[in-house]
Amino acid sequence: MIARALKRVGITGRTLVTAVPYFWLLLFFLIPFVIVLKISFSDAQISMPPYQPLFAWIDEKVLQVQLNFANYAFLVEDNLYWKAYLNSIFVAGVSTLICLLIGYPMAYAIARTRPSTRNVLLLLVVLPFWTSFLLRVYAWIGILKNNGLLNNALMSLGIIDEPIRMLQTDFAVYVGIVYSYLPFMILPLYANLEKLDLTLLEAAADLGSRPWESFLKVTLPLSVPGIIAGCLLVFIPAVGEFVIPTLLGDPGMLMIGKVLWTEFFNNRDWPVASAVAIALLLFLVIPIMYYQRAQDAESGGGLHR
Amino acid sequence: MATSPRDNQVRFEPWKDPDAQPYVRIERVTKKFGDFVAVDDVTLDIYKKEIFCLLGASGCGKTTLLRMLAGFERPTQGRIFIDGVDVTAMPPYERPVNMMFQSYAIFPHMTVEQNVAFGLKQDRVAKAEITKRVGEMLDMVKLGQFAKRKPHQLSGGQRQRVALARALVKKPKLLLLDEPLAALDKKLREHTQFELINIQETLGVTFIVVTHDQEEAMTLSTRIGLMNHGEIVQVGTPTEIYEYPSSRFVAEFIGSVNMFEGRLTEDEPSYVRIGSDDLEQPIYVDHGVSSAPGATVWAAIRPEKMQMSREQPAGPDNWTAATVQDIAYMGDLSIYLLRLASGKVVRVTQPNAARHADERITWDERVYLSWDPTSPVVVTK
Repeated sequence: MIARALKRVGITGRTLVTAVPYFWLLLFFLIPFVIVLKISFSDAQISMPPYQPLFAWIDEKVLQVQLNFANYAFLVEDNLYWKAYLNSIFVAGVSTLICLLIGYPMAYAIARTRPSTRNVLLLLVVLPFWTSFLLRVYAWIGILKNNGLLNNALMSLGIIDEPIRMLQTDFAVYVGIVYSYLPFMILPLYANLEKLDLTLLEAAADLGSRPWESFLKVTLPLSVPGIIAGCLLVFIPAVGEFVIPTLLGDPGMLMIGKVLWTEFFNNRDWPVASAVAIALLLFLVIPIMYYQRAQDAESGGGLHR
Repeated sequence: MATSPRDNQVRFEPWKDPDAQPYVRIERVTKKFGDFVAVDDVTLDIYKKEIFCLLGASGCGKTTLLRMLAGFERPTQGRIFIDGVDVTAMPPYERPVNMMFQSYAIFPHMTVEQNVAFGLKQDRVAKAEITKRVGEMLDMVKLGQFAKRKPHQLSGGQRQRVALARALVKKPKLLLLDEPLAALDKKLREHTQFELINIQETLGVTFIVVTHDQEEAMTLSTRIGLMNHGEIVQVGTPTEIYEYPSSRFVAEFIGSVNMFEGRLTEDEPSYVRIGSDDLEQPIYVDHGVSSAPGATVWAAIRPEKMQMSREQPAGPDNWTAATVQDIAYMGDLSIYLLRLASGKVVRVTQPNAARHADERITWDERVYLSWDPTSPVVVTK
C-alpha cells in the first residue's frame, strides 16, 4: 500500500536506496561546508560566536547581506599562507612519492604470493590500525628523540659518537607521514595488482618481452588506477596533516594544518581559519575532480575498466 | 562429422616420408606437478606446415604440453626441438614461437593496432616496417577499420582475430593455438575454422592446436594426437582416427560407436568370427586380427554403418533382431536407439533421404539390424 502510494509520487525502492549516501553527504559534508563557507565571508569580532553574522535586518524590512572578502585577500597578501600551502603540498607530495616507492613493491609482492600467505600479509599491513593513531605517533617520539631507541642503538653499535637530532626535523615528519599512510597506498595497489590477469604477462613474454619489459609495458600501465587511488588516499590527508608535524616536526615548520589550528584556536579568528580551509579545498579538490573526469572520459564514460 | 577441406587437395603427408625432417620434435617429455603427472613420456614429431591438433578431455595434459612448447612450463624430463634447435630450457621470449591464448590475453590498455604491433616493437623492428606489417595483418584478419579501437569496444569474434593477428605478425615458425574457437558461438566457429585454414595455407606457418572439440579437430587438422591421462593414445589423420581407432578409448572418444564385447570363435589370416553375448548372430570381419586365441576383443561399429530392415537378412552372420526404443529426428538424419534381446541399447543413424515419413521405421517396431563385414573395427584393448 505504502509502496504503491510512494510510487505514484515517483519514489521507488531504488531512489530510496541511492538517497541514503546522498543524504549522508548532505548532512555531514555539504551543510558543514556551507557553514564554513559562510563564516569565511564574515568578519571576526569578540563575541559568541566570534564572528559577525552575515545577514542583518535593517529596520526589520530590508535583508542586508554583508560579504567580507577581506579574509581571502588577506590569504593572498600575507605570504605566510602561501608558504604554508606550498610547503604542505611539497611535504605531502614527497611523502606520497616515498609511500608509492615503498608501497608498490610491497603490494606487488603480496599480490604474487600464495593466497594463504596473502591474507596473513594483508592482515599485517592493517594491523597497526588496531592501535590508536596518536599513540603510534607518540611512539615515534620515543624512537627518534636524542636518547631514543634509534640513537641509542646507533651509538651502542659505534656507528655514531653523539646523538643525531632527528626529532623536530622535516625528516621526522616524513617518517611519521610515510609510516602512518603507507597502508592507504598498499591496499588500493594490492586490490589492483591482485586482479591483473597473469596470462597478459605470458602473452607479453610470448611476444618477446623480458620480465622487466613486461612489467613496464603491461603491469605498470594497468596498475595506474591503483596508483592514482593510493596517491590520492595518501596525498589528500597528508596535505592537511596536523598531528604529525606538530608532534614530530620543527615548531617553525609551516604546514597549512598547523596554520589553520593557530588561526582557529590561538588567534580565535574563525573567518580567516575558514577561508584557509575553503582555499585548501579549492586548491586540491577541483584539480582532482577535473583529473578524475578526464580519466573517466578516456576509459569510456567510466563504465569500462 | 564434418569433412576436412583438405581431402580434395594434393596429398600432404610428410609423416609418411622417411626422409622428411620433423619440424617440432617432442622427445620423451614428462611433466609433473608435485605427484601429479600431467604429461607422461610423450614423443611426437610434427612436420612443417601441418595443422596438428592435440585433442582430449579437460585435464588430459594437452594444454600443459602446449605450454611447454611455448616455454611457460619446463619439462620435468625429456627434450623439445624446434627446427632442429633444442629449446627445452629457452625462455618464452627467446623462442621462435607465438601463442594464441584461449582467453586471447589482449592488452586492455592498448588499441588493436598497438596490440598487434607489440611483438614487433619488442624485436626493435623499424617504425615504417611495423606500420606496414601491422596494416597488412589487420587487413588479413579484416580488422582494418578497427585499428584505433580499444579491446573493450570489440565483439568476441573481433577479439579472437586481434589475438590471431598479434600472434601471426611476428611470422613465427610455429603458432600455438589454445582452444582458439572455444569462446565463439557455433555459426562463427564454423566460419572461423575455414578462415584459420586459409590463413595457415597463405602464410605456411605450422599450427599446433589444442582443443577438446572433436569436430574442430576433424575439420582443422592434418593429423590429430589424441591424449588421455597425459599420454598420447593415437596419432593419425582425422580419417585414420575415426575409421581405424587403435583402442576402445579412441573409438569411443571420437564420434559415437556401438561396442560389442566378445571372443574370437574363428581366427583365420583372412577373416575372423566374433561371438558376442549381446548378438544373436556372430560378427564376421573380412580381415585377420592379431590377438591371442580366446582373448576378449571388442568390435566397434559406427552408427551410420548399420542398417535396419523389416525382413530378416540372409546369411548366418552380421545381423541381430532389435526393438525400436527411441527416435531422435535431427532434420538431416534420425538417430534410432534400438534395444537388443540382451538389454543392450544400440545407436543407429539413418539419413532422411525421403521427405515423406510414412515408410520410416517407427517406435516399438521389431526390426533386424545388420552391417557389412568391412564395418566393424576390432580392438583388443
